[in-house]
Amino acid sequence: MSAAPQKAKPGAEQIPVTVSAVVPLNDLVTRFEFKRRDGKPFPTFSGGAHTVVTMNDDGRTRLNPYSLMSDPSDTSTYAISVRRDDNGRGGSLFMHTRVNVGDEMTITYPVNLFSLDLRARKHLFFAGGIGITPFLSMIAQLELMNGNWELHYSVRTEALGSYVDELRYKFPNKVHVYYDDKSEAIPLEDLLDGQPLGTNAYVCGPKGMIDWIHATAESAGWPDAQVHSEEFLAPAPGKPFEVRLCKSDLTIQVGENESLLEAIERSGVEAPFLCRGGACGQCETNVVSYDGEFVHRDHWLDDEQHADGSKIMPCVSRFVGKSLELDR
Amino acid sequence: MTIQFNEETFRDDYSFYNSDWAIKRFPFPFHEDSYMYSVNMEQHRGGPKGSVYEMRFDVDEHYVSEMKDRELVLADDPLRCQSLPHMTLAGWDLLELIMVSKSEDYPDLFELHRDGNHWRWINKPLGIDDTFTFLDETTLPYGPMEYITRQAQGDFCVLDQRDEMLWMDAGMVTTQADWSLDFDIGMNFFEWHAPVPLAHEMGIFKRALKFLLNVQQGAPARRLNWTMTVNPLLDTSPENYHKWGIQKTTLTPENLGAKQHLRVELQTFFRLPRSNALVFPIRCYLISFQDLVTIPKWGRRLHRVVRDLPVELATYKGFIDNRPMMLDYLSKFDDGLPTSPGVFPDLDTEPPLSG
Repeated sequence: MSAAPQKAKPGAEQIPVTVSAVVPLNDLVTRFEFKRRDGKPFPTFSGGAHTVVTMNDDGRTRLNPYSLMSDPSDTSTYAISVRRDDNGRGGSLFMHTRVNVGDEMTITYPVNLFSLDLRARKHLFFAGGIGITPFLSMIAQLELMNGNWELHYSVRTEALGSYVDELRYKFPNKVHVYYDDKSEAIPLEDLLDGQPLGTNAYVCGPKGMIDWIHATAESAGWPDAQVHSEEFLAPAPGKPFEVRLCKSDLTIQVGENESLLEAIERSGVEAPFLCRGGACGQCETNVVSYDGEFVHRDHWLDDEQHADGSKIMPCVSRFVGKSLELDR
Repeated sequence: MTIQFNEETFRDDYSFYNSDWAIKRFPFPFHEDSYMYSVNMEQHRGGPKGSVYEMRFDVDEHYVSEMKDRELVLADDPLRCQSLPHMTLAGWDLLELIMVSKSEDYPDLFELHRDGNHWRWINKPLGIDDTFTFLDETTLPYGPMEYITRQAQGDFCVLDQRDEMLWMDAGMVTTQADWSLDFDIGMNFFEWHAPVPLAHEMGIFKRALKFLLNVQQGAPARRLNWTMTVNPLLDTSPENYHKWGIQKTTLTPENLGAKQHLRVELQTFFRLPRSNALVFPIRCYLISFQDLVTIPKWGRRLHRVVRDLPVELATYKGFIDNRPMMLDYLSKFDDGLPTSPGVFPDLDTEPPLSG
């Protein structure tokens, strides 16, 4: 209608924040808390939402998504918990080693790709390791609404069980913890059997756990729409490659430790994005031509689209071969 | 600015009217001399001062009379307002969004005082001063969605988002262009759009759904839609088609300018924070042809759009039978001069009707 034309910006709206607390939880996980710099309240959000944190790593911009794990009705503070990945591309290391109380950062408005199905009579949560974070905000939301929930939380060792003590203390009858080093496993088949009609299951954790729960639920006759999962992928490093951006009339190089999306942004080309983890679909890009092999890693495109080479999700997927031309 | 609210009706004697102010700010929907479907979305972040795009929820001279008309519709047919059980939280989200927006955008008309969950809401035009507990339904006379949408112009569809799909799971729908909430409740996005011609084949709804699923908190969107209505009726529902459909046969060349109205919907989209639902307010604006043609650019352009519209669309929008008579009328206001691009009147630069 062009009443007031405004070009959509890539990514969600930004909120300038100050780091108000840095709380190490154990050897691997640290919690970061944020306050708004303008003193206004944060927007409330829905359990399971994430924010994208902008990091200025010596001039290199890193944008990483993290689940919001604070109480959604607490508009004074947002909190995330970050697991240090020593073999990753450096975002979590930056958070662990370079971010201090008082630092100014920018985070996005909440975006939810893993929301509660509010029709559910019961919510059955499965968390693996750092996958606990979205459930912390979901639990806070459900407690406010008197919701029916149950958590099954698998951790490596007692020492690495983030938030285990708090959860057990607050909800002794709803929280069940399983320790890998004691060879404890979630009794999944038993749990999926005998849940009340209208129960929804949610899983957040490593890919193997997500696949296991989907497959077991399916073979137990659970409708697919009642099993929800979220897995944020970090872009994996890979061999450098060259890309031609047709619309922008540019040829760019994608380095070993950056994603295709990051390389596009570095070249000054605006590209849409939201989750930067292969889940939301915003950065979907048409392939004009290619000679080589795609390394598709997203959850967005289906198998057919992965096979026919017509599209790529530049936030997590890469390319190996002679030439690649994108409609960007 | 203080608004002078009209004393007017949208039924029986149809005393509805637009002031000069309302005519000039009418959301004319055609940015060029022809029309075809498009996903025509843009951000809803204000607009020119005084325009209907400026505020999050536009309040105009029709506010009080539109709310009276809604009350009459609901008294006859309570099913115009429905909310499936899981949508109550979204209703609170909507109540908060409207109360916060209106009290900030129109502080002389609306006040919201909050102390934790203890809220006081003052609506001066409607003479309401209520105190209630946020998130406690027992403290309001209606459910939260019904309570606030009895005080807000336009229809409201509250869409749940699940499985990469939107679901029509709650709404307040009394000013609709011939569709029924009671029929559509619980349907998904493709199901409730099934009757629309051409657009499915054009892939419009797939693209629109993808866009809407990604409307995020803090980044609302908007678009315009339009149709034609004989007499200034807000309630053109299928439930009452037997009452209003027949009125389309009462047009004559003499009364057409006064009776035939262009009906424009300002559709907005907001992500709701706690429920992750999407609210889709559909605000209806009516203008008679005789008022519309007082803006020379709009008179020229409306003639061209109505003349060139594909038969399927004129049929779907319900004016195919009256189109020849409408064109006879409108052709008198089209001197063939070119029109400026965009939707605004451009009264200072567009020439008056020649001849």
